[in-house]
Amino acid sequence: MSANVLLFLAVFVASAVEAVEALTIVLAVGVTRGWRSTLFGVAAATVALAAIVAILGPALSRIPISTLRLVIGALLLSFGLQWLRKAVLRAAGYRPLHDEGSIYARERQAASSAAPAAGAGVDWYSFTVAFKGVLLEGLEVAFIVVGFGSTQGRLDLAVVAAAAAIVVVVAAGMAVRGPLERVPENTLKFGVGVMLTSFGIFWGGEGAGVHWPGSDAAIFGVVAYVALVAVLLTRELRRRHPATVPAT
Amino acid sequence: MSRIRSFFRFWWDFVVGDDWRVAAGLVVAFAATWALAHHGHAAWWVLPLAAAILLVGSVTREARRTH
Repeated sequence: MSANVLLFLAVFVASAVEAVEALTIVLAVGVTRGWRSTLFGVAAATVALAAIVAILGPALSRIPISTLRLVIGALLLSFGLQWLRKAVLRAAGYRPLHDEGSIYARERQAASSAAPAAGAGVDWYSFTVAFKGVLLEGLEVAFIVVGFGSTQGRLDLAVVAAAAAIVVVVAAGMAVRGPLERVPENTLKFGVGVMLTSFGIFWGGEGAGVHWPGSDAAIFGVVAYVALVAVLLTRELRRRHPATVPAT
Repeated sequence: MSRIRSFFRFWWDFVVGDDWRVAAGLVVAFAATWALAHHGHAAWWVLPLAAAILLVGSVTREARRTH
């Protein structure tokens, strides 16, 4: 397995997880209030995210590689530890699991109780909720795509991985005609947290002047190490306090 | 004013997240890595060790707060 395969997997899974969450919001608003304005909101957010990737990606490739790796590595490490922290707490029962079904029901309730659209024009409630949902869920993915792609010199591969994930999630959403409740979101987030943390350590270290034992192959050792720490931490927390917090 | 505050709040949450100590610890870890590497010492172990310590510390603090 090469570093490019790891890159593809990390971006694909991170994008899929965020796409599942965005899909829940978009479906709830679209089903409740109609699709026209909702899809305008999705399209506007998609254009904004594509612009971020299109502008930031080439711009970052002009920065010296060691500086780029230091900055991107530090950001990925910060994101990764945030993802991992939440995933460990959820897996150990200290935080509620993400439940797309109840989020969907809540969003539908909010959408039906909001003021109705005025006339035949744009329904600004649907537009704004869909726009914000897609933009906020997609922003971290855009940074992950740009960060992984430009640091590894494979922006094309990162974009393809993100696009493939979105296509798969949207197709699955259309097939089940509802939120994707059966997706093991926390397990995927755990995996993404491990990957972001590992690449953050690896690239951030290189940017700071580290020479890794085993050169590029060290990334596999770092991934295994981070996964082991996270799994052992989860087991220890479960052992100390086997708590279960209901899903929200 | 509240829009400016919201803007900075968003970026703070985005980059730093729920636990500022993790971000502060990362700054120290990167500085230590850079200093060791630029003085000719092996520095590859600093970030993996720091990431583990920061993760365990942050998760343990949150778990204690919860129970």
